[in-house]
Amino acid sequence: MSTLSIENISMRFDLPNGTHVQALQDVSLELKTGELMSVLGPSGCGKTTLLNILAGFLAPTEGQITLNDHRVTGPDAERGMVFQQGALFEWMSVRENVSFGPRMKGQREAEFGGNVDHLLEVVGLKDFKEKAVYELSGGMQQRVALARCLANDPDVILMDEPLGALDALTREKMQGLVLKLWKETGKTIVLITHSVEEALLLGERLLVMAPRPGRIHKEYRLPFAEMGVGQDLREVKKHPDFGAKREEILSMIWDMEEEIMGRTEEAEA
Amino acid sequence: MTILIIYVAIFVGAFFAVRKGVSKFRQMNDYTSLKTVTFGDESAVRPDRWASVISVVTIFLLWGAFTGSKWVPIHAPGPFIGDTEFVYTIEGPDGTRDDATVYARVFKVGEEVTDREIEPGDGIAKNDVITVGAWRSSLLLMDKNDEVTRKEGAKVVAIDGQPVGPGDTAKVANGTVVITAKGSLNFAPSKGMQMEPIWLPPPESVVSRVAEISEQGYQNFTLFEHLYWSLFRVIVGFALGALVGIPLGYAMGLSDWFRGWFDPIVEFMRPVPPLALIPLVIIWAGIGESGKIILLFLAALWIMTISARAGVSGVAISKVHAAYSLGASKWQLMRYVIVPNSLPEIFTGARVAMGVCWGTVVAAELVAAEKGAGMMIMVASRFQLTDIVIMGIILIGIIGYGIDILMRKAENWLVPWKGRV
Repeated sequence: MSTLSIENISMRFDLPNGTHVQALQDVSLELKTGELMSVLGPSGCGKTTLLNILAGFLAPTEGQITLNDHRVTGPDAERGMVFQQGALFEWMSVRENVSFGPRMKGQREAEFGGNVDHLLEVVGLKDFKEKAVYELSGGMQQRVALARCLANDPDVILMDEPLGALDALTREKMQGLVLKLWKETGKTIVLITHSVEEALLLGERLLVMAPRPGRIHKEYRLPFAEMGVGQDLREVKKHPDFGAKREEILSMIWDMEEEIMGRTEEAEA
Repeated sequence: MTILIIYVAIFVGAFFAVRKGVSKFRQMNDYTSLKTVTFGDESAVRPDRWASVISVVTIFLLWGAFTGSKWVPIHAPGPFIGDTEFVYTIEGPDGTRDDATVYARVFKVGEEVTDREIEPGDGIAKNDVITVGAWRSSLLLMDKNDEVTRKEGAKVVAIDGQPVGPGDTAKVANGTVVITAKGSLNFAPSKGMQMEPIWLPPPESVVSRVAEISEQGYQNFTLFEHLYWSLFRVIVGFALGALVGIPLGYAMGLSDWFRGWFDPIVEFMRPVPPLALIPLVIIWAGIGESGKIILLFLAALWIMTISARAGVSGVAISKVHAAYSLGASKWQLMRYVIVPNSLPEIFTGARVAMGVCWGTVVAAELVAAEKGAGMMIMVASRFQLTDIVIMGIILIGIIGYGIDILMRKAENWLVPWKGRV
């Protein structure tokens, strides 16, 4: 029912020097409720632009986005966002951060309190409710950001490299947490990442984008996210298919990078 | 020069004394003290509190020692006070010579003094009496009572046996004698190394001034009233500046029209030092309270505007996006994200603005005022009441420092996340 559909999106910026950049060209895609999609691509492929358009922070030059049969024109509580650096509000406690969305809607403590406390427990921050967010580690801050997004009960969660700034160990734990939350809440999730492994682990669907102009290069449907729910993610990574897919995608991205380098060299020559 | 050498000597001496002596008793084993690389690591350079204490004590000791303070046991040699004499030899037009003694009495300026009783002596030169204040000098027309005068061709040829001519300086006991071009004598008792109170009064007279002016007042107002009025002007001027400047800064940070409209004005007014506005403000508003407050308002306004604008532009775009994605309206974004996020910048601006206002109010009072700390020291300096001037400077410094400390405390309390994001 709550389908997110992306219809023929193109994005073209004019530059001050008279030229223009084609950030996205004719991107079309449909996401059903509860789907988990990861987006991967070399830098400059427009994946962050795509996410910003989905969130409503940018208006595409062509095409449109619809969610639940209405058109997306700006940011809205129905599309939650998790940023790379958490983007938490330092002047609020952990609990105040998590309850920000409901409070903005004018809900009272009695209405949101239980849900907020439950979410804090799910992300493992029950004992840190009243702490200031700047006292938390990077991983904990990112859990606050996840809980804050979920507390608002959005239809779609957009994640912009949410685990990119974390160390390897924390990152692995957080990947498990993202899978758990996805399964428990049944939210539609779009996750942008630089890491091929993360894209494989956290993508029921995996979208590989190509640069210049930004476009969809290839789409995969993968079993690993389903396998990884409640499992040790290292076991999933040992799966023979996992290794094969990783190599395939890595070489695909390498080819794209080399093509770009080649093109730049031609342009310079 | 001597003072500088003594100061450097204390600086170096205290360094070695503290390093060799006291440091042995200071057992510190925290992280910083275990660093081996400290030269170049700014964070490892922590102020040595011994140095701070010795530094302040040294300033007071030097001040006291070179002003003859009663509070300080050691003094630099003071000016000569008491009776002294020297002998001059006069040569008459006919070549006859005679000696006469000059009996000088050097007294502390401001104290009662009586002339010395002496015998005139015999010969063609007669003994003289002079009375000189310490740090002053006195011209002696020695031939006034002599039997030969300079008009007749007599001249002084020696002082205490040293042959001299016009323009020469002779050293005598407890002073110097200069033979003027016209041949009379100018006696200057030795000044010693202490400062004259008119240049630098001893600390106790500054302190006693505090008590005196707190009770009796100076120029129709007590010390407290002078300081109160200065502070009052600063606080009202700053408050008005903040009241207008902060919303203006927010508007400039949030609206392109406001930014475009006020940018040229703010960018032009910002580098104009508030002191340059004093003459105009006096023409417009006179020297009363309104003029001062307008001046301080202008001094604070641009600083607060710019800091509020910087506070808005300092909001990470991801926080704004996050708030909108969580369903915040524009007003909610303003209230819950932009205002709190800009508080650290605004506090930094407020600290700068308070400092500038405090400096400006004192300067404005120096130019023209009926009351205030600046007016008090300006009037006192006209009457050479150096102790009031120094007292005023110290109090102005203490208040300025106090304002800064209060602002920092308020900052730590209200924006605990500053610098920790």
